Amino acid sequence: MALPSYTETRYRIWHYIYIGICTFVFFFLIAPLFVIFPLSFNAEEFLVFSEGMKRLDPDAFSFRWYHEMVYGTKNPWGLAAKNSFIIAIFATIGSIILGTLAALGLSSRHMPYKGIIMAILISPMIVPLIISGVAIFFFMAKVGLAATHTGIVLAHIILGTPFVVITVTATLSGFDHSVTRAAASLGSNPVNTFMKITLPLILPGVISGGLFAFVTSFDEVVVVLFLAGLENTTIPVQMWTGLREQLSPTILAVATCLILLSTLILISAELLRRRSERLRGINR
Amino acid sequence: MSSETKQILTTDGIPLEVSLKKAEKKNKIKAFFLVAPLLFFLFLTYVFPIGEMFTRSIDDKMVTNMLPKTFKAMEKWDGKELPPEEVFAGFYLDFKLLVENQTQGKLGQRLNKEKNGFNSITKKLLRQIKRNKIDESISIKEQIMKVHKNWRNVEYWQAIKRTAPPYTFAKYLKGMDMYFAPDGSIAQVDEDRRIHRILWLRTLEIALFVTIFCFLMGYPIAHLLATLPMKYSNLLMICVLLPFWTSLLVRTASWMILLQQQGVVNDFFVMIGLVSDDSRPEMMYNKVGTYVAMTQILLPFMVLPLYSVMKTISPSLMRAGKSLGGTPFVAFWKVYFPLTIPGIGAGCLLVFILAIGYYITPALVGGASGTLISNQIAYHMKTTLDWSFASAMGLMLLSGVLVIYWIYNKLVGVDNIKLG
Repeated sequence: MALPSYTETRYRIWHYIYIGICTFVFFFLIAPLFVIFPLSFNAEEFLVFSEGMKRLDPDAFSFRWYHEMVYGTKNPWGLAAKNSFIIAIFATIGSIILGTLAALGLSSRHMPYKGIIMAILISPMIVPLIISGVAIFFFMAKVGLAATHTGIVLAHIILGTPFVVITVTATLSGFDHSVTRAAASLGSNPVNTFMKITLPLILPGVISGGLFAFVTSFDEVVVVLFLAGLENTTIPVQMWTGLREQLSPTILAVATCLILLSTLILISAELLRRRSERLRGINR
Repeated sequence: MSSETKQILTTDGIPLEVSLKKAEKKNKIKAFFLVAPLLFFLFLTYVFPIGEMFTRSIDDKMVTNMLPKTFKAMEKWDGKELPPEEVFAGFYLDFKLLVENQTQGKLGQRLNKEKNGFNSITKKLLRQIKRNKIDESISIKEQIMKVHKNWRNVEYWQAIKRTAPPYTFAKYLKGMDMYFAPDGSIAQVDEDRRIHRILWLRTLEIALFVTIFCFLMGYPIAHLLATLPMKYSNLLMICVLLPFWTSLLVRTASWMILLQQQGVVNDFFVMIGLVSDDSRPEMMYNKVGTYVAMTQILLPFMVLPLYSVMKTISPSLMRAGKSLGGTPFVAFWKVYFPLTIPGIGAGCLLVFILAIGYYITPALVGGASGTLISNQIAYHMKTTLDWSFASAMGLMLLSGVLVIYWIYNKLVGVDNIKLG
């Protein structure tokens, strides 16, 4: 963003102000995440930087809270992590299957009432979670699935499918349908065509939608708070109770692990996006 | 040439037009069957339950089912003076049945909400019935009227009559701080008890300001990301995407650490001498905390749609504007800005929709003055267990969101939502 040499002074000043504003906003976005790292190594049990930490005294830092997170007595994180992963994995699988099928149908130019159906399928992403939570709770209570893993998985499939529908429809928008016709003319049946031709081509979209669905489920707390019993507690539920009641640095240790996890997911999502754009021939 | 010879036939002798329509229909059904599983699943577990919230919110069958004989007898009563003997007799029989099933307490509580004092006079009546003091062979009206002076008060009987319809919109009125007055008109609650209106206004205010803040902060960086060379912008994009992918609770937790009184932000203010050490401002558990945290959390939803629109604007347009004599400001305002309006619309509507239903962040950093309508819904679902009121408020919020969603769909189209 070098300025041409003939730029007038006032535009030069304006340009530096603009860069300054942008720097501030980027800092505002990313800095809060980094305050968690050092504090999770705090040797004391307060959520503030101790005097020792400010002096960078090595004794003020410890792995105490990570130890507590894994081995602590009566600590809920193990069960919560197990539940979170089980629920998120099954919800992701369900979302991918239902969402991909629906996206395939929606991308067909023969699909009737496309607009209204799309609006309904996306709505769980738009409707405030608290309302979804109330509605889903009423349903699950009626069919006897409240406070079960199955109920939470179903609820997260509802919330996760819009992401899969959106990403797969976007991938299919650049999809050349003549390749499936070519496969059909060569004698392949529809299922075979889908598995051998369509799926490999839309796979990046499917996986990136799946990542969204996974994160949505893994991070979701409002609906789980309505549905979960003591047995179904998840990481976000534990963080929610922790932040409301006993603020302990163990939460920060957990948060650090979650940030590392989201970094991993971000990297995979970015790589997938680039691969998908390459496959669809979009050059930017 | 006749029209029949003009008609093109397929090899098996069917007119092409018919055959084509048949194939088209088959394709339509095929496409629909792919969507059907998800659509069916969503209708069963999501759309119908939301509809059920409506029936739940207007449901008032409890008293209707508890006092069938009373309401049957009341049909002939004009409601102006004390009801006739039949109404008293009907009420006595209904009440006796409730006593046998031990559910008369619920009736007392429900009627007490309609008019104060019912709890005690139903308990009095209960005692008389338990002691077999009521003689069914003589006038029941006289005996009930002797139980307590309020049973002789026509207003109490009018209150019972008001609970007769199986449906009521009272919960919706309550959500707007109004109620049905005894004469059936709609009245406002006392000024110092209008809590819900404050919450609605606060929710709108916070959603609006968060949208504005997000726009003011998101526009410059989206512009920078769209104009920088790829290798730099990819790196900076991480600053937007990492918070986007990070758990909401983690981000809220980090703001709780930053904004607390001994927190990093206050430390910084003390360090640069903005405030003195013993007068650190309270930045959490109030609106400031809600604004700051929600803006940071929703900012990516503003930047991503803006970025995807700005990316498509050719830089030569700005150069053309400048070469035609516009200053950089004029070129920006007349050429660049109008082209970004679709992105602004998409980003603002998305942020507004998300902000208006926010729950977790306001509950954790908002304190009492930062709670929003969603928190109130959760409170009634979990604490007071007034599910019909929670449903009514939820549907009022939902109708607002659906209007914005409809506008969004018209302006942007749901299939144009960009993720990452």
